[in-house]
Amino acid sequence: MANNRGASVRYENVQKSYDGETLVVKNLNLDIPPGEFLTMLGPSGSGKTTCLMMLAGFEPATHGEIFLNNRPINKVPPHKRGIGMVFQNYALFPHMTVAENLAFPLQVRGMSKADQAEKVKRALEMVELGKLGNRRPAQLSGGQQQRVAVARALVFDPELVLMDEPLGALDKQLREQMQYEIKHIHENLGVTVVYVTHDQTEALTMSDRVAVFNDGVIQQLSTPDLLYEEPQNSFVAQFIGENNKLSGQVVSVDNDACEVLVAGGVRLKADKVNVSGAGDATTLSLRPERVELAPERQMDNMLEGRIEELIYLGDHIRVRMTVCGNSEFIVKVRNRSDRRRLDAGEIVPIGWEMKDCKALDAVA
Amino acid sequence: MTQLDMPAQAPVLTQDGRPLKASLSRALRREKLRAFVLILPLLAFVLLTFAAPIVDMLLRSVDNSIVPQTLPRTVVALELWDPQTDELPEEPAYAALVEDLREAVAQKMHTRLGSRLNYEQSGFSSLMRKSGRAVETISGSDVKGQLIAADSAWADPQIWRTLKLYSGTTTKGYFLSALDARQTLDGVEMLPEGERIYLMLFGRTLMMSLTITLLCALIGYPVAFLLAQLPMRTSNMLMILVLLPFWTSLLVRTSAWKVLLQQQGVINDMLVWIGLISDGNRLVMMNNATGTIIAMTHILLPFMILPLYSVMKTISPSYMRAARSLGANDWTAFWRIYFPQSVPGIGAGAVLVFILAIGYYITPELVGGTSGIFISNRIAYHISSSLNWGLAAALGALLLIAVLVLFYVYDKVVGIDNVKLG
Repeated sequence: MANNRGASVRYENVQKSYDGETLVVKNLNLDIPPGEFLTMLGPSGSGKTTCLMMLAGFEPATHGEIFLNNRPINKVPPHKRGIGMVFQNYALFPHMTVAENLAFPLQVRGMSKADQAEKVKRALEMVELGKLGNRRPAQLSGGQQQRVAVARALVFDPELVLMDEPLGALDKQLREQMQYEIKHIHENLGVTVVYVTHDQTEALTMSDRVAVFNDGVIQQLSTPDLLYEEPQNSFVAQFIGENNKLSGQVVSVDNDACEVLVAGGVRLKADKVNVSGAGDATTLSLRPERVELAPERQMDNMLEGRIEELIYLGDHIRVRMTVCGNSEFIVKVRNRSDRRRLDAGEIVPIGWEMKDCKALDAVA
Repeated sequence: MTQLDMPAQAPVLTQDGRPLKASLSRALRREKLRAFVLILPLLAFVLLTFAAPIVDMLLRSVDNSIVPQTLPRTVVALELWDPQTDELPEEPAYAALVEDLREAVAQKMHTRLGSRLNYEQSGFSSLMRKSGRAVETISGSDVKGQLIAADSAWADPQIWRTLKLYSGTTTKGYFLSALDARQTLDGVEMLPEGERIYLMLFGRTLMMSLTITLLCALIGYPVAFLLAQLPMRTSNMLMILVLLPFWTSLLVRTSAWKVLLQQQGVINDMLVWIGLISDGNRLVMMNNATGTIIAMTHILLPFMILPLYSVMKTISPSYMRAARSLGANDWTAFWRIYFPQSVPGIGAGAVLVFILAIGYYITPELVGGTSGIFISNRIAYHISSSLNWGLAAALGALLLIAVLVLFYVYDKVVGIDNVKLG
């Protein structure tokens, strides 16, 4: 099943409405190059699954066109699209054995029995279930069912595989293991994968690029590291990873930097990302691990905060503080043997660099 | 001696040294007792009104105690007589018969005995009535001669043969009759072709029930499929249409079919009106098998649709989607993926419809005529008209056995575990 070429996918001005009154997907434009692992990430109701279903052919696009390998596929029925799909609850056929499940897509393609057996065997080996071909899906554990579902979606050598929250039903440990396995299978086969999830860790771990959906619109499309470190708007900053928010008003702008007045009359230096000029309302976004408690060196922003609560998490300590009127301000302190002793109620100096503090659009 | 030589199943003890098993059953006893007390009223009701009458009825199918009880002396006297010969029994047998009959007349049992034996050989009924009057006057010696003078039938060895044949407390007679056979001195033989009726009726009942079951499955499957696919609101509306017949009296529905199916009925009128058939060739759709099949298919249809629907409701639409994404067209996806998963529903519906159909009575009675009646109509006839309860019981027992055998075969072929009623 060596398949070194995936398919390319392109959404052009795609809109989707179920009731003719509201748009679930609003003017989607998305270009997925061959072989990419692209994740559609977003809260439920953000339109990500609808986008996947339109690509699979189970939902017609209300407007716009979807291209598969530069061929428009709006009028191609699902079974002629040749797209592998892994469903949320696997949808393994309960009345067939594992091997029969895997052979099904080969049978309907009229492949000879010998070729079928060979392909099924290799697919089972790929997901390390070589001996379980004769079991029924109900006799398998959740993780095993998941592997069969992946193998079934790949056994007929599709160039594109869609996965609709495939790991949602697994426990945490198994989920992490499967994330790596799916990633490795993708790397080995070179197929294009479009993956839908609402779990940001999953998206960051597995993807080449992540499209963050909200309200039927892609909020940001970029690589996982950029998504985390360079969020383009408040929604992305809030949705991906942990985030401290400080509301304020832009006072002055200087190239890429700006100065923001926040509650308590404090002026903070921030990276200008999503504000246009002085007078704009803004939300500052700051990752908890980028804040330093009692900094020993000079930093761009230096102020004081009151410790409200300490939560011991083993490798680090979460410190909830009140900073500039925000009592949900979180700071992560690495658990080193020489760390300073902290107590609730204590007032400590904190500081952070300008480039770690993003001035984004204001949120209500 | 090592640990391995110890008895493997040493009983586990609780803290106070009692075996764990005993303690567990003690702990559960109260619960079990309470559960039993709760179901007791229903159990008693079922036993009294359902199980007991059925057992009583089944016993009647072999009960022949009326003969040895009414004619005890005759039965003993006939033990010496060889029925294979053409000789009549000796004087003591006649004397015993007269004595038995005198007692029977006093208790007014002789007419009932006559009816019983008349099932096996016609003429017994009048013979017993006549002899019952005659025994009053018979006295002195040569009882044989006087009895034969009273009714010459007593000079016929065949009468005595029948009497001897049916002198036991149990009989195979009813079952043999129910199978169109009879007992003779040479063993069991089938009735002549022209007199056979029950085997044909059993066969017809089975065939028509199978036809009705098949029709219900063919008509019910698409309906259930539609109901399962539609959104909840719409399917609930349609479900009312399926259930509506349930809430209407069976008699009303059957009578409605009479109105529709008769030769001057609605359907024929329509067909004549649109010119499909001429007025002289109106279709005969009632008082025959066609009428029974049409009406019963309609009446039993909900019993097919409901289990099918409840099974189909549990089949996730993602299976069909998965099949299509794997390259199956709509028909293949349905046939290979959806249909096999709906088979338990067909099984449940088929068992339900078939078992209901095989014992159906009212509808065939009303629209079946002579060629569309079932074995149950014959049973009803023997219960309420001919009063041959023994034969009715035998027919009922055979019907019950047939259903159980079919059920067993079905279990072997389809597996009763695969039947889902919801």
